[in-house]
Amino acid sequence: MKVALFVPCYVDQFYPNAAIATLELLEKLGCEVHYPKNQTCCGQPMANSGYEHLTGACNNLFIGNFSGYDYIVCPSGSCTLHIKEHLHSHQNEAMAADIRKRVFELTEFLVDILRVESLDASFPYKVGLHQSCHGLRGLRISQMTELVAPPFSKPAQLLDMVKGLELVPLNRADDCCGFGGTFCVVEEAVSSKMGKDRVDDHIAHGAQYITSADLSCLMHMEGILRRQGSDVKVIHVAEILNHSIK
Amino acid sequence: MSSTATKDHPQLAAIFNRDEPRVDWHDETLWWVRAKRDIAAHKLPEWELLRETASQIKNNVLSNLSSYLEQFEANAIKNGVTVHWAADAREHNQIIHKLLSDKGINRMVKSKSMLTEECHLNEYLLQQGIDVIDSDLGERIVQLAGEPPSHIVLPCIHKKKEEIGDIFHEHLGSAKGESDPKILTETARQHLREVFLTRRAALTGVNFAIAETGEIVICTNEGNADMGAHLAEIHIASMGMEKIIPQRKHLGVFLRLLTRSATGQPITTYSSHFAKPQDGKEIHIVIVDNGRSIQLGREDFRNSLKCIRCGACMNTCPVYRKSGGHSYHTAVAGPIGSILAPNLDMEKYADLPFASTLCGSCSNVCPVKIDIHDQLYKWRQVIVKAGYTPKAKTLAMKGMAFTLASPALYRAAGKMGRWTFKYAPFAVNNGANPWYKHREMPKAPEQSFGEWYAKRKDQHK
Amino acid sequence: MSREKILAAVKANQFSHAELPDLEILSSLTNTNDNLVERYTTVGSAGGSFVYEVADYDAIKAILQKEFKPGVKIISGIRELGDYTFVDDVKHDLSHSFADVELCILASNLGVAENGALWLTEEQMTVRVLPFIAQHLAIVISKNSLIPTMAQAYQKIGQSEYGYGAFISGPSKTADIEQSLVIGAHGPRSLSVFILT
Repeated sequence: MKVALFVPCYVDQFYPNAAIATLELLEKLGCEVHYPKNQTCCGQPMANSGYEHLTGACNNLFIGNFSGYDYIVCPSGSCTLHIKEHLHSHQNEAMAADIRKRVFELTEFLVDILRVESLDASFPYKVGLHQSCHGLRGLRISQMTELVAPPFSKPAQLLDMVKGLELVPLNRADDCCGFGGTFCVVEEAVSSKMGKDRVDDHIAHGAQYITSADLSCLMHMEGILRRQGSDVKVIHVAEILNHSIK
Repeated sequence: MSSTATKDHPQLAAIFNRDEPRVDWHDETLWWVRAKRDIAAHKLPEWELLRETASQIKNNVLSNLSSYLEQFEANAIKNGVTVHWAADAREHNQIIHKLLSDKGINRMVKSKSMLTEECHLNEYLLQQGIDVIDSDLGERIVQLAGEPPSHIVLPCIHKKKEEIGDIFHEHLGSAKGESDPKILTETARQHLREVFLTRRAALTGVNFAIAETGEIVICTNEGNADMGAHLAEIHIASMGMEKIIPQRKHLGVFLRLLTRSATGQPITTYSSHFAKPQDGKEIHIVIVDNGRSIQLGREDFRNSLKCIRCGACMNTCPVYRKSGGHSYHTAVAGPIGSILAPNLDMEKYADLPFASTLCGSCSNVCPVKIDIHDQLYKWRQVIVKAGYTPKAKTLAMKGMAFTLASPALYRAAGKMGRWTFKYAPFAVNNGANPWYKHREMPKAPEQSFGEWYAKRKDQHK
Repeated sequence: MSREKILAAVKANQFSHAELPDLEILSSLTNTNDNLVERYTTVGSAGGSFVYEVADYDAIKAILQKEFKPGVKIISGIRELGDYTFVDDVKHDLSHSFADVELCILASNLGVAENGALWLTEEQMTVRVLPFIAQHLAIVISKNSLIPTMAQAYQKIGQSEYGYGAFISGPSKTADIEQSLVIGAHGPRSLSVFILT
């Protein structure tokens, strides 16, 4: 199985360990993982700011980088969703459509494609699971609390396989953290308040780590935790799932 | 309104956030309403089918609106009701003024109507020397406070009971310092009973208008619409033209959704069906366009006209909960307001589609399944293309697009930018970096993943 | 003038035809007639109503006599409760003259178990303002008139003609001040529902 690793720009630049964990995890689960080295960004920062019309070159670059693989796997729900919903190309629409079908967020790939049923991982800590909105309501990797439908959660299902890990309950299971791309600077006041309230919910329930399938949310919450001088840390779900599979 | 007219959502939200305990209180109160909605919805296993059915009924309405409007009008006239048509807010206000002045009426009681807020009817009538008293308790409170409603269902949700006590003390003579909701409500009851009994004209909104029968349905918990309408000589109902539903039996879908979505109640206390006027009295219905026919023609945004004004999207919206309704500076606040307002004035409301993280919770609670967060995304594209964004932002975006389209430039920018944060796409900004105000920057790692991967590959060779 | 302009604009902008959905599935999914009295009572009570199961009109009178002092103005729309002023005898009075009514008793023949709502048409009210202006409201309904949900309610109402009709599901209430529920906003301060078994 030929898998292309899609590492979002900010993960590449700021959170290489999450990408390394994703790569190692996929390899240990038997995937032939390739990292197209000319990748940059999915174009979402422009598109969500209203500049989708500027993402043409970015899209073509993405198509060039990621064509010809069985699957494209990304440790970010938000970037995956952007590709799934907005990757288009005047020159190569057929290839764009093909990529839109093949791109997966990591936890949905592990559960739906690799059908992982056990993991040799251990992480003996209390962990709060933050549902990123794009992974949740866009990719539907977990059930949304607004809907009258049976509950499930792909990241929680995987975390349950990790030895010693205790998932803490939250008062608001899937409220937004307030990152929202450029929202975090344009609407600074509301954004940071949202982040603060999310972090408080995890802390109140004794979480030692906050994890998520999306690093953008974690980066936001980490910024708040560190400003508060908190001991609570953020960690990408891949780093937990890859923890001590040696 | 005047004090908020020149500030945009981020500025008004920042002002709201100066008082953090108050933000917490506002957020918790609305989250509690959302939680009540969840409990009510989960009691109905058929909930999602109900939403889908309501959405489809509204699809049918929007695809046949002109014939439904004509059918409704014909049936209403048959019922002895007078129907008026208003192209815009101005005409709506003029029609109502004329109805009142023809009868020599200079005082009117009004129940909740977001349309009259949209049309600024009260201000208009006041200028014509006509006194209007809002009879919904929440609306009366904000009216006495000289403010617009901050929420379409809970108009004074931003006010604390102590503040309401002060307003009632000043205007209605309640005891100083009295803030017990029971006593304040009783004070309003006595005051408004007198109003109901002395007004010759009553204005109401319309929740649903049934094409098949020509009747209108009005939902309240307080009974204020009925008290006003039944005691007055003339009942004027202001109706946005999208309020049409085809048949009476469709109420069996919408009335099951409306209050469960709004407040978690299974139904309002009163769901009143007005078909014919009482003997010797009059009912006038004013059907209002005010930009709705334009919105109907915008393929990406026409579904916003499905809205039944339940307010669920506001209660669930973290941005609404933490910024307050007034920060939206429009009659209908929150996510739904942010997709409706740009249709009326794209420049004035250019900030609103950006007052969202696109988290999508609004679309999930919407009882008629409006794709609210997708429309917010689409409005952003429209607003940018129409040129209503700051030039600096456009320049920054162009720079970013250029950088991200080139792997070499991206790698170079990353090397320099990792430390300065300058090129991190989420932090594009001008002047001081707002991220840093409440948040630390991510720690810059020794190397990017790309750099690590290249070295690893070399080692494996 | 505006009428033609508006209709033309709507006609030009409305999109291709979408069919009306079938309501049959929803009706059949919700059409469970078990424990209707119990379900009605639970929901009605939660909505602030006092719900009584009674054997006959005498039982209703006994309860009302306990709740309302002699001498207060009581208007009844039910012939069987003839001790009170019968509404037909005063129906030509000005609506405003009912402002001092303490209790109004009316009949309904359609009650909804899922939400506690009772359907009354103008015929049953006689005077539209009555069930709103009275300080207290009592509604009498036969056990056999209860149905499960609003879906069945509108099947029953069907195409019937009325000048005015209302679903009433409890006492008048508001939660506009800090979301604290207060019973007795502008209309009746209480609703007593008598289910005749």
